[in-house]
Amino acid sequence: MSDLQSQDYIRISASTLTPPSTRRHEDQVAKLIDTSRCIGCKACQSACMEWNNLRQEVGHFEGSYDNPMDLSPSVWTLMRFAEWEDDKGNLEWLIRKDGCMHCEDPGCLKACPAPGAIVQYANGIVDFISENCIGCGYCVKGCPFDIPRVSPVDHKSYKCTLCSDRVGVGLEPACVKACPTGAIMFGAKTDMKDWAGERIADLKSRGFENAGLYDPPGVDGTHVMYVLHHADKPSIYANLPDRPRISPLVDLWKGVVKPLSLVGIGFAVIAGFLHWILEGPNEVEPQDEAQAAEILKSAGKSP
Amino acid sequence: MTRPQGTLIRNTMAARVNHWITGGCFVLLMLSGLSMFHPMLFFLDDLFGGGQWTRAVHPWIGIVLFVSYLGLIVQFWRDNLWSRDDIAWMMAIDRVLANEEHGVPEVARFNAGQKFVFWSMTLLVPVLFLTGLTIWEFYFGTYTSIEVQRIALLIHSLAAIAAIIVWITHVYAALWVRGSVRAMTQGYVTPGWAWRHHRKWLRRLAATGSAGPSPRNER
Repeated sequence: MSDLQSQDYIRISASTLTPPSTRRHEDQVAKLIDTSRCIGCKACQSACMEWNNLRQEVGHFEGSYDNPMDLSPSVWTLMRFAEWEDDKGNLEWLIRKDGCMHCEDPGCLKACPAPGAIVQYANGIVDFISENCIGCGYCVKGCPFDIPRVSPVDHKSYKCTLCSDRVGVGLEPACVKACPTGAIMFGAKTDMKDWAGERIADLKSRGFENAGLYDPPGVDGTHVMYVLHHADKPSIYANLPDRPRISPLVDLWKGVVKPLSLVGIGFAVIAGFLHWILEGPNEVEPQDEAQAAEILKSAGKSP
Repeated sequence: MTRPQGTLIRNTMAARVNHWITGGCFVLLMLSGLSMFHPMLFFLDDLFGGGQWTRAVHPWIGIVLFVSYLGLIVQFWRDNLWSRDDIAWMMAIDRVLANEEHGVPEVARFNAGQKFVFWSMTLLVPVLFLTGLTIWEFYFGTYTSIEVQRIALLIHSLAAIAAIIVWITHVYAALWVRGSVRAMTQGYVTPGWAWRHHRKWLRRLAATGSAGPSPRNER
C-alpha cells in the first residue's frame, strides 16, 4: 500500500541511502492482542476483508475452526485455534490472531532485493509497496513468522499492512475497530505495554502464573504484541515461535556473502587486468610455426 | 566454415554452437542473477524489462543453460580427464603465467587450467540447477520447507559467485592466449598455436594425419 508520499521512513529495502525521513516525529505504534480476552468470533478477519477489499475463494470444511486454513495473498489475518491440555489434564482452547508481527528488525525487508518494495515507517509499521515488488519470494525466506504470501496471479507478495492507510490518518486498524471484547488494542507502543502489564497482573492474580507479554527481543521487539496466559511456551499457540529471529542462513547470505561476493568478483577482474599489463598477451611466434611445420612434415601426413 | 589451408580444427561446428548457446545463457543469467543479488546491481533488471521480467525469465534461461551444458559435457569430457601431465603442468604454473614456454611440460588437447574450468562448471551447473528449482517460487515454492529454501538460496548464491569467478578466469585466459577466441568462433588454430600451447595434441594429430580436433576423427 502506498498512495501518498510519506517522508517518514526508517528503512527501505535494498537501499543503503537514507530514505526521506524528515517527517518522523511520530510515536512508535503497536497492536496488542490479548489472547485471554479473545472469543474467536473472527470479527477481525471480516473487518480486514471489508476494509482491504479482500475476498478469499470459498474453501471446504477441513475439520477445524480455522477458516480459511491458512494465510494467503487475500487472507492477511487469521484466527488460529489450538487445543492444549495442561499438566493437570485441563483442556484449554487457545485462540491466536495470526498475521504480520511488524518486527522492529524485519527479516522480509532485509532479504528483499528490490529497492523500495518493503519499507518501514517511523511509527514502526512494515509495509509492502506492491509496484516495486518483483515476486521473487525472498521475503518469505526472510520472515521468521511464515507470513508473506506471493500471489501466483500477479506475482506480488502480500501481508497485513497494519492498516497503514488508516493509521496514517489517525484511525485504528480495522481489526481493532471491529473487536467486540477489546482483545485487540492499538496505540503508542509504550501505552500498549503499560496496558499489557495491567492485564498480565490480572491474569497472574487469577492463577496464570506464567502470563506475560510476547514482544520477542530476537527481532528487536514487534509492533504486534500478544498477551499470552502461557508466555513461557508461545509455541502451544498454534506454533507461535518461541524465540523468533532472522534465520542465520539469511544473515549469512545478506550480511556476509552479498558484500564479499562483489569483492571476490572485483578481485578476479583486477587480477586479470594486472596480468594483462604486467605480462601481456601470449602470442604465437614465427619459430612456433616453423617447429610445427617440421613435425607435420616429418610425420609425412599434412592435415 | 571455410578453414584456411594448413590449419587445424580446434572445435567442431557442433561444439562451437553448443559453447555459444551456453555462453550466451551464462551472461544473461549472470546479469539477471546479480540484479537480484546485490542492490547496487539492481539496475541490470532494466536489461530484461524490469524486475518482474528478470525474476520470471532467469529460471527459464537456467534450464536452457543446463541442457546446453550437458551437451558440452558429452562433447568435452573425454579430453578433460585428469592425467599425470596436469600435475607437471601445474608445477610450472609460474612459467605459464609469465608467458615462458620453455620448461612447461607438453600437454594434450586441454591443460590443467582448462580442465579446472570444465570440471568446476560441471560441478556448479547442476548445483545451480537443483538449488534454482528449489527456490523457483512460482512452480516449486510449496514443494519444500522454507528452511530448505533458505539453504538452497544460500548455496545458489555461493555457487553462482564461484561460477562467475571461474567464468572471469575462462574469459581472461581466452583473451590472454592469442588465437583462442578464433578457435571457438571460427573453430581453427594454426599448427604453431598447437605447438606452443598443446604440443602433445599436435604430435597426435600429426601421427594420425588428423586435422583435429581429435585424433579419433579421421578425415
